Amino acid sequence: MPSAKVLPALAAAIVAVGCATQSGTMTTQAPPSPGVKFGKPISNADLAAWDIDIRTTDGKGLPVGRGTVAEGKAVYDAKCLSCHGADAKGGPVYGTMVGGIGSFKTNTRVLTPGSMYPYAPILFDYIRRAMPMDHPQSLSTNEIYAVSAYILNLNGIVPDNAVMDQNTLAKVQMPNRNGFIVDDRPDTKAVRCMTNCN
Amino acid sequence: MSTERDVKSGTVVDGFTDSVAPMPLPDESLPAVSNPARRNFLRRGSTLAGGVLASGASLAVAAPLAVPESATTFGKPIPEDDYGMPSKYEGKVRRRRTDVFKNRQNFSDWSMTPLQYQYGIVTPNGLIFERHHNGTPDIDPAKHRLVIHGMVKQPLEFTMDDLLRYPAVSRFHFLECSGNGLTDWLKPASVTVQQTHGLLSCGQWTGVPVSWLLDEAGIDPGAKWVMFEGADGASHVRSVPLKKVLDDCLVVYALNGEMLRAENGYPLRLLVPGWEGNVSVKWLHRMKVGDQPWHFRSETARYTDPMPEGMWRQFSFDMECKSVITRPSGGMSIKPGMHEIQGFAWSGNGKIRAVDVTLDGGKTWQEARLDDPVLDKCLVSFRFPWNWAGGPATIASRAVDSTGYVQPTVKDITKVRAIVGFVQHHNGVQPWSISATGEVKNAIG
Repeated sequence: MPSAKVLPALAAAIVAVGCATQSGTMTTQAPPSPGVKFGKPISNADLAAWDIDIRTTDGKGLPVGRGTVAEGKAVYDAKCLSCHGADAKGGPVYGTMVGGIGSFKTNTRVLTPGSMYPYAPILFDYIRRAMPMDHPQSLSTNEIYAVSAYILNLNGIVPDNAVMDQNTLAKVQMPNRNGFIVDDRPDTKAVRCMTNCN
Repeated sequence: MSTERDVKSGTVVDGFTDSVAPMPLPDESLPAVSNPARRNFLRRGSTLAGGVLASGASLAVAAPLAVPESATTFGKPIPEDDYGMPSKYEGKVRRRRTDVFKNRQNFSDWSMTPLQYQYGIVTPNGLIFERHHNGTPDIDPAKHRLVIHGMVKQPLEFTMDDLLRYPAVSRFHFLECSGNGLTDWLKPASVTVQQTHGLLSCGQWTGVPVSWLLDEAGIDPGAKWVMFEGADGASHVRSVPLKKVLDDCLVVYALNGEMLRAENGYPLRLLVPGWEGNVSVKWLHRMKVGDQPWHFRSETARYTDPMPEGMWRQFSFDMECKSVITRPSGGMSIKPGMHEIQGFAWSGNGKIRAVDVTLDGGKTWQEARLDDPVLDKCLVSFRFPWNWAGGPATIASRAVDSTGYVQPTVKDITKVRAIVGFVQHHNGVQPWSISATGEVKNAIG
């Protein structure tokens, strides 16, 4: 048994630790900051190479550049077709990236950039960060704009002579723009029936 | 060991037929027999009268014991250094890709935890489920950097050494992929619980509250969301509301007593307790603070849920209350007699308040026993004794969490959502049917 003298200190220690544990009725919320600072300041210029995200609703973050549908087809055929297939209709590894617009009210929803993306800059953001899968972040800014233009054109969303750049891409109206609702669960209403259920 | 398997052809699991041995009844569990006359009686006896047979159980008669070889030979010497691995006899316990749905590449793919072999709430590190978007990098911690920028007063960079200097927080939490169960909604496609529920793991995570690091950078007024990005080949990225980030999110470097495994985000990942697994971004190297979500592909075209009228539900982060029976479960075969039904329950919205078990396909339910500890956003083990008389039965579990939410059936869910294509957030009750001969099969739908 701890001595009487030790007990108050022990109790205080338990209370202090309790904030950071899951014991009893304690929550898992973050304990107060310990007041130590080990981060090193970095300038925005020094992290520019990492700053690749696009806010896709309005295109914030899109870099200066441009690409055409025709240029996009050339890049696509060289670097994307082997997985996604000719004309983005599906290949040996992935399914189609064309079509599906209007399919969501049927029993077979076809998910493509054309049918699914609510905002066109998603194409730029995703291609830049993740494609091609074996050499992500290898395409130039102009190549990314061009492939974005090509995929949008194949889906009938922009014309053959479209040019995508830091201004035009965000202005493209996507068919599924209003296709989303924000999480509204819980949506089920199960009851805890114990006998004579169903 | 063999990895050949054909889940659609029958009940063969991983090249062998699993079986759950019946537990002895108290009356027949008389192993401490030192009386030679009684031993002889047991050896001679081919049948036993009375209550034991009435229970449906049979008593195995022991053969004479030989001294085991292990007791008469040298054991393996202690090596100079080592990393211990499971016994060679446990080769069936493997994390596996599912063969119910096969991707045509294995970079953006997943592997599943063998829950039928998990005892207790902690998933061993080598069995934590995987879901990657471009394979697994193995990052040199000396070169890894975490950056915080965006709507902060001072952008900051952290090395792993920096992060390890902070006071640490350790917590037990489950992690579940939003896609867990997506192959099994309206009819059974999977055989085993590994295939139906194996995008689920649980462990003790150690790291630093994100709130401390954000406080250090100084959050600008008006900030509402934080973007988390990985250093993998997909640069996987998600937007998370600042409120949740400040509430309980951690940057994690260790799991179950050791540094993260490469496939679980080494050297650093985010942990968003109770939310769909993919927001707990692995190989975390960048946080950007903003005033609105980014609406990335990973939160519009993927990780959204089909709803009636052609709509999609977005930012459906919570992993709602759920449970599953892991033993006995699909692909096993059982014998009449006493069994302990075992399983797990969990909720992304709090603690598990109760788990009920049905033995008659949902007509009647009885409350199961919960093992301590019962923790927030964490797996809980439940147990229920069952004396199976031998007839056909359908067993299932149903959990209730501390918010009062009751785990729904698939039928409940189909009333409010569209079950079409790849449907995520399946927290429906999972029934297992037991045939008259004891074969356990998936009875979803």
